[in-house]
Amino acid sequence: MGNLGILIEAPIFSVQLLIDGILVGSIFALAAYGMALVWGVMNIINIAQGELVILGGYFTYFLYLAGVHPLLALPISAAGMFVIGWLIYRVVIFRVVDKDLFISILATFGISIILQQLMNELFGADVVTAESGLGTRFLFDGDVTVSEIKMVAFVTVIVVGGCLVMFLKKSRLGQAIRATSQNARAARIMGIDTDKVYATTFALNAAICGAAGSLVVMTWVIHPFVGLAYTVRSFMIVIVAGLGNLAGVLAAGLGLGAAEMFAGFILGAEFQYAFVFSLLVLILVWRNFRLQRRRKFLK
Amino acid sequence: MNTPAKRRLMVVALGALALAGPLIAPAYQTQLALLWVMILFAMTWDIVGGQMGYNSFGNIVFFGIGMYVTAVTQRNLYFDIEEYTTVAGAVESLSADQYLTGLFLGMGIGAVLCVAIAAILGAGILGMRGHYFAICTLGLGIAGGELASGWEYIGAGSGLVTPVFPDELGERGAFFYYLFLVLAVATFLTLRWLYSTRFGRAINAIRDDEEKAEAMGIHTTRYKTVAWCVSAFFLAIAGGGMGNLIGFIDPTNVAFAGATYGVWMVLMAILGGKGTLWGPVIGAVIFHVTQELFWTYLLGWQRVALGVLIVVIVVFFPTGLIGWMRERWPERFGHRVEEGVAGAAGGGES
Repeated sequence: MGNLGILIEAPIFSVQLLIDGILVGSIFALAAYGMALVWGVMNIINIAQGELVILGGYFTYFLYLAGVHPLLALPISAAGMFVIGWLIYRVVIFRVVDKDLFISILATFGISIILQQLMNELFGADVVTAESGLGTRFLFDGDVTVSEIKMVAFVTVIVVGGCLVMFLKKSRLGQAIRATSQNARAARIMGIDTDKVYATTFALNAAICGAAGSLVVMTWVIHPFVGLAYTVRSFMIVIVAGLGNLAGVLAAGLGLGAAEMFAGFILGAEFQYAFVFSLLVLILVWRNFRLQRRRKFLK
Repeated sequence: MNTPAKRRLMVVALGALALAGPLIAPAYQTQLALLWVMILFAMTWDIVGGQMGYNSFGNIVFFGIGMYVTAVTQRNLYFDIEEYTTVAGAVESLSADQYLTGLFLGMGIGAVLCVAIAAILGAGILGMRGHYFAICTLGLGIAGGELASGWEYIGAGSGLVTPVFPDELGERGAFFYYLFLVLAVATFLTLRWLYSTRFGRAINAIRDDEEKAEAMGIHTTRYKTVAWCVSAFFLAIAGGGMGNLIGFIDPTNVAFAGATYGVWMVLMAILGGKGTLWGPVIGAVIFHVTQELFWTYLLGWQRVALGVLIVVIVVFFPTGLIGWMRERWPERFGHRVEEGVAGAAGGGES
C-alpha cells in the first residue's frame, strides 16, 4: 500500500495510470463485445473467450516472427480466427446451442481447457510479445509516457467496433443476426437460416477475439495460461454494461482497465490478477443485492 | 441379483476390500489414499453441480483454504512463526499427540471457516441463476491461488511445508489412507441421507425448474447456500489431510490446483453420471485408475485429452456412465434405481 503515498504526492502518476488503463481497457471492451454478441444471439456464455484472444495473439506473434509487421498481421489473425471459430462451431457448439445454459457452459469450459493446453504444448509456456517498432510519446514535460502502439490499439478498437455496429445495423447478414437474437423461432419461420447465423456469429466473435489478441500481444504480453483473465474481464464488462450496447461496453471496459492499473500500482503487480477475480465476485454480489431489492420472491 | 442379502454381502466385501487396501498393495498406499480423495472430490462437486444443476468451477477454493488453514494451525501451535521457513520447518519434529491435535484442530477450523465463506458468498451469489454462479466460481478458484501466492504470512509463492509426520503413528501412507477412507465414507453416507430427505428433493427441484420450485414455496437461495456449504465442509477437511499427505503446499499446483484437481472433479462427476449418488464414485474410480495406469504416458497431452473428454461427455453422453447403463439395461435398474447402481459399482471398484 506504500504506493498510495506516491499517488497523493505526485498526482501526475495518476494521469499516467489513467491513460494506460483506458488504452488497455479498450482491448478488454473489444473482447467483451464479442462475448455479448454470442451471449445475446446464441444464449451461450463462452468460457473459451479468453483462450480465443490468446490464440489470436499467437497468430500475430508467429506472423511477426515470419517478418510481417504486427499491425498488418492483425487482419490476418482475425481472418484466421474466423476460420477457427467456424470450425469450433461446426464441431462442437452447434450441438449444444439449443440445449440449456449449463451444458453449453460445461462444453465451452472443455474447449477452453483444450485450447489452453494445446497452446501450452505447441507454443510453450513462455511469455511472448510482438514489437511493433512504434515509439513513445511524452506528455506533461515528460512526466507521462504513452507508447504509440497503445494509442493505435485504442483507435483500432474504435474502428473495429464502429464497423461491427454498422455491419449489424446495415448488412443483410447483420439484420439476420439481430433478428435471430430477438426470436430465433420467428426468424426461422421468416426464412432465416439460423444455423448459418449462429455459425457466422460464433466465427465473428472468434475474429473479434483474434483482433483483440493481436492488440494484446503488441501492447502487452501473452502466455497460454492468461486466457481465463480475459474471459472473466469480458464477463464482468458484459454484466455491467448489458448485452448489445457498444457504448456501454466501451465505457465499462475503459473503467475496468483504469481500475486494474490503479489496483496493480497500489497493491503491487503480483495482486493484479487477484484483484480482477475478486472484483468479479464483488460485482456479482453487488448485482445480486441490487436485483434482490427489485424481485418479489420468498426470502 | 438385487436381493437384500446379496446387497449386504456386496457391501461387506467392498468394505473388507477397502479396509485391507494398504495391506494388499503396500507400494501404492499413497495412490490408494488419493483414490478416496478423488471420490470425495467428485461427490462434493456433484451436490451442487449434479443434484442442484449449478456448475461450480471453483470448489477447489475450499480445498485450498482448508489445506492452508490446517497447515497454518499446525505451525502456529507448536512453532515460532518467524523461524518456521520452508527449510527449518522440516527440521523439528512433533510428537504423535501434538501432530494429531494440530491436524484435527486445523481441519476443524478450516471446515468452519470454509462453511462460513460458502455461506457468506453463497448468500451473495446464489440468489442469481446458475451461469453467474459458474463464472463467479471460475474466478474464485483463480483468485484464491493468486492471493495465496502473494501473501507472505503463508509462504507466498514459495509455498508452505507441513510438519513432519511422526514415526509413532506408523506409515504415513496408511494413516492417510484410513483417514481419507473414513472421510469419503462419511461424505457418502451423509449425502445418501441428505438426498433421501426433503433437502434432496428441494435441490433436485431447483435443478429441474427453479421458478416452479420457488413458486412451490421452496426457499431456493437458502437451499442452494446450504448445498454449497455441505460441499465446502467436506472439501476443507479433505484439503487439510491432503496438505499433510503431500507435505508441501504450493499455492497454485497443490492447494488451488484449478488445472488439475479443479478440472478433475468436474470430469469425474460427469463421467460417472452427474446427479446420481453412485455416479461420481464410479467416475472417480475409473478416472483415477486409468489415470494412474496410462495417462502419465501421454506426457503433457493428457491435459488436452482431459478437455476433449469433457467436451465429448458433455456433448454426447450428458448423463454419464450411469445414465448410459440405465438406458442400455433399464430392467436392471427397475423402479429402485439405487440397488442396480450399487451392483454395478461393485464391478467397477474391484
